[in-house]
Amino acid sequence: MSIGWYLAVSALIFSIGAAGVLTRRSPLVVLLCLELMLNAANLDLIAFARMHGNADGQIFAIIVMVVAACEVTVGLGLIVAMHRRRLPIDVDEMRELQG
Amino acid sequence: MAEVLFFLAGIGAIAGAIGVVVLRNPFYSVLALVSHLLSLAALFLLLRAEFVAAAQVVVYAGAVMVLYVFVVAYVGGQDEPLGPRAGRGLRVLAAGAGAALFIELCIATLGSGLQAIGTDGANLEPGFGSPEQIGELLLTRFLLPFEIASFLLLIAAVGAVVLARRRGGISAAEDQARYSAMDMLRPAYTGTMAEGVGGPSSGRQALAVSPRAEAADAGSDSDSDEDEA
Repeated sequence: MSIGWYLAVSALIFSIGAAGVLTRRSPLVVLLCLELMLNAANLDLIAFARMHGNADGQIFAIIVMVVAACEVTVGLGLIVAMHRRRLPIDVDEMRELQG
Repeated sequence: MAEVLFFLAGIGAIAGAIGVVVLRNPFYSVLALVSHLLSLAALFLLLRAEFVAAAQVVVYAGAVMVLYVFVVAYVGGQDEPLGPRAGRGLRVLAAGAGAALFIELCIATLGSGLQAIGTDGANLEPGFGSPEQIGELLLTRFLLPFEIASFLLLIAAVGAVVLARRRGGISAAEDQARYSAMDMLRPAYTGTMAEGVGGPSSGRQALAVSPRAEAADAGSDSDSDEDEA
């Protein structure tokens, strides 16, 4: 398969993830959609690594996976803290900093 | 053969992504993301990134998704209520924004004029994407990012523990039940501020108390009761 097909799939996954971040209100699902977008970027990086025949892009993808794991850890900790304080699990309700 | 596998895995990945966004129960969204990640690992294998595909399955679809499932079970994966705020107009607007983003990304990547996009990629040396090559690169050329990533993981773990820790904000009784290592070392009734005002003496919980000290404790308790009366 040519590299362009992989790029098209990646663009589709990224835009689905972006639409999910805009649409959904549960912070859990917003985090899942962030994962979708990071994975689309990973697919792009690996496709370009294949295109150049150079493994540097794969290292980049692994580092992106590490950063995604950190982001998930902190985000889920925030959601657990919200649940502990009896706050509503809803991104529309969390507007204390809105000014 | 590669074409068939590509279309199977690509359709699976896209269907999983749509399932994450569309399904109403967060638990089903997590399961859809797991299937999406597995299909994506198949795509990585087609791109000759064997180590990244294995890490994707083990770390992402294994560990991170189990963390998600635990948090969904803890928070309670209630269905999302259909509130009046997020109306139909906003959903249509979000879908339009997604479609615009897709067209823009296609123009940006496919129309970039890169010569190699239409090809199958460069010729590869035999060990491309193997754990051997990735490990060698990580420990020689990319040693600094590797170490920084380990620090980042440590900071994230500590931050998550601090964020999700039980605080005494809701019920004060949890705070009083907590005692530090210094309480173990100190003999009971050696005059802390808490004991002075007739409050709980934290040393009592940690140490076996002699009868005399217990009597004194009873006396101080009755004293404080009188004071309050």
